[in-house]
Amino acid sequence: MSDASFDDFTFNETYEPLAQKHIAKYPDGRQQSAVMPLLDLAQRQIGEETATQGWLPVPVIEYIAERLGMPYIRVYEVATFYTMYNLVPVGKYHIQLCGTTPCMLRGSDDVMKACNDFGIHKGKTTEDGLFTLTEVECLGACCNAPMVQINDDYVEDLTYDSMTSVLEALKAGGPIPVGPQNGRKVSEPLGGPQTLTEFV
Amino acid sequence: MLQDKDRIFTNLYGTQSWDLAGAKSRGDWDGTKGLIEKGQDWIINEIKESGLRGRGGAGFPTGMKWSFMPKEPPGGKPSYLVINADESEPGTCKDREIMRHDPHKLVEGALLAGFAMRAVAAYIYIRGEYVFEAQRLNDAIDQAYEDGLLGKNACGSGFDFDVYVHRGAGAYICGEETALIESLEGKKGQPRLKPPFPANVFVLVCATTVNNVESIAVVPTILRRSASWFSSFGRPNNTGTKLFCVSGHVNKPCNVEESMSIPLRELIDKHCGGVRGGWDNLLAVIPGGSSVPLIPKSICDNVLMDFDALKEVQSGLGTAAVIVMDKSTDIVKAISRISYFYKHESCGQCTPCREGTGWMWRVMERMASGEAEPEEIDTLLEVTKQVEGHTICALGDAAAWPIQGLFRHFRHEVEARIERRIDANKIAAE
Repeated sequence: MSDASFDDFTFNETYEPLAQKHIAKYPDGRQQSAVMPLLDLAQRQIGEETATQGWLPVPVIEYIAERLGMPYIRVYEVATFYTMYNLVPVGKYHIQLCGTTPCMLRGSDDVMKACNDFGIHKGKTTEDGLFTLTEVECLGACCNAPMVQINDDYVEDLTYDSMTSVLEALKAGGPIPVGPQNGRKVSEPLGGPQTLTEFV
Repeated sequence: MLQDKDRIFTNLYGTQSWDLAGAKSRGDWDGTKGLIEKGQDWIINEIKESGLRGRGGAGFPTGMKWSFMPKEPPGGKPSYLVINADESEPGTCKDREIMRHDPHKLVEGALLAGFAMRAVAAYIYIRGEYVFEAQRLNDAIDQAYEDGLLGKNACGSGFDFDVYVHRGAGAYICGEETALIESLEGKKGQPRLKPPFPANVFVLVCATTVNNVESIAVVPTILRRSASWFSSFGRPNNTGTKLFCVSGHVNKPCNVEESMSIPLRELIDKHCGGVRGGWDNLLAVIPGGSSVPLIPKSICDNVLMDFDALKEVQSGLGTAAVIVMDKSTDIVKAISRISYFYKHESCGQCTPCREGTGWMWRVMERMASGEAEPEEIDTLLEVTKQVEGHTICALGDAAAWPIQGLFRHFRHEVEARIERRIDANKIAAE
């Protein structure tokens, strides 16, 4: 999809009120602070329109610059600085695999191999447009390592086999299996909490 | 072991409802108006007396930090509280549990801390990937507004206070306070030079204090149960309870709230089912998130988990994110992966960090494979010294320390690897 097809981009009736709500959070004259939430909203709207996780073509960045009274380059700088803004299209499922040391120690290489064996490769989108795989840095769920983020959701406590099952489920059109895949609820010790037992 | 009755985060594992009714049943928002009526000086003094040190890594005394805020806003401009929820230090996943399971502790803490430092509003800067946690936090804030706990005349105290959530978008550096402020202002997250410090510099044109989520979320409980209750845990200068995140090669990785100064071994054995393969299978531990130097088993045997004890062994408590490595670990590779992390996250502003982190990572990869030459070890250590202390923020230091820690304790391992490679080359040549 070319950049030009986004020349007339504006927020739709779902996203426009959200954009206004974000702009109102900051003191008068400091509307530039809303640039990050607005870029996020634009990416989400494009995601919905294209049945993917969305991205930020140049005309969309220009639109946000205009909305906030900022030079284009300042918005472009922000869009390129932060990793969560996609500058190229991604698939329906954006798999962000954490490979930082705490995940690596618990087998993130196996999770990567499960993706590769499924035909999904780092930095690439599958030909059917279903999956994009990105290796990312620490996602802050280290007690549930190894883990991946799929779209907005964390999928945790993975192994080669459970990651394969997750991918099979998604390919079959199922929902994202959110949270730990080894039977625990959150980040309590496996087998159930040993503290706070009276609060269960 | 800390008793459940002395745990602050009683819904750490989300076994109960996170919402306002659930929070109130656990004692949150109880008599908040009364705490506000005791006045700013009383609150700041209690926090000082409690000995609370910042939970984000640096360990700066929280009460003292608050006292730096101007009593009379300069030029009549409002002050702000910024809460750092950009939890990205590898190994750390404690603030996430607070925000998704006990968000009202943070919201109430924001009100009390904001009142104490005469702020008009709090911005909670949460890492962008925590989509669910940000939503949960927004829901909790909405509930508090509806119940009259925030907004105009918060809790009926006559004090007006707002709380907003600002989501980041995937940049570790935004956990550094001045970078966070830049990001909050709608710019690239590149750190600013200090001084001027945020308490005097103008964020959104105003004085600002930046505190970690955990530092703020413990405030209401400290004020209710007293400074002396909080300071009764841990050793002097290292007081209170603390959330520990234990990851890596333990049988049961978990988050747990414990007393400060708990022995590392007790923490791992009692709460995490021990080291995989038993204590004697332990190789090393990174005790405070990826930025702090590792400590080998011989130190782990007896070390206490607090600021001073870990500093004495040339490491640090940091965020209390304990990364455990057993003897199956390729320790050089594990540290090299941390070097890659810093290379990836360097903001690119200062040359020693931008160039140094990449260079150090590439050399670390050669150390891990044994391809390096023996004399390169000292060159690498020299470069870590040239990066450390020569950058605007501490990311350069954080990239240097893990490598220094590795060679302090495992230089022999790297040398043996290089020797094996040289020997293998010789044999091949013959």
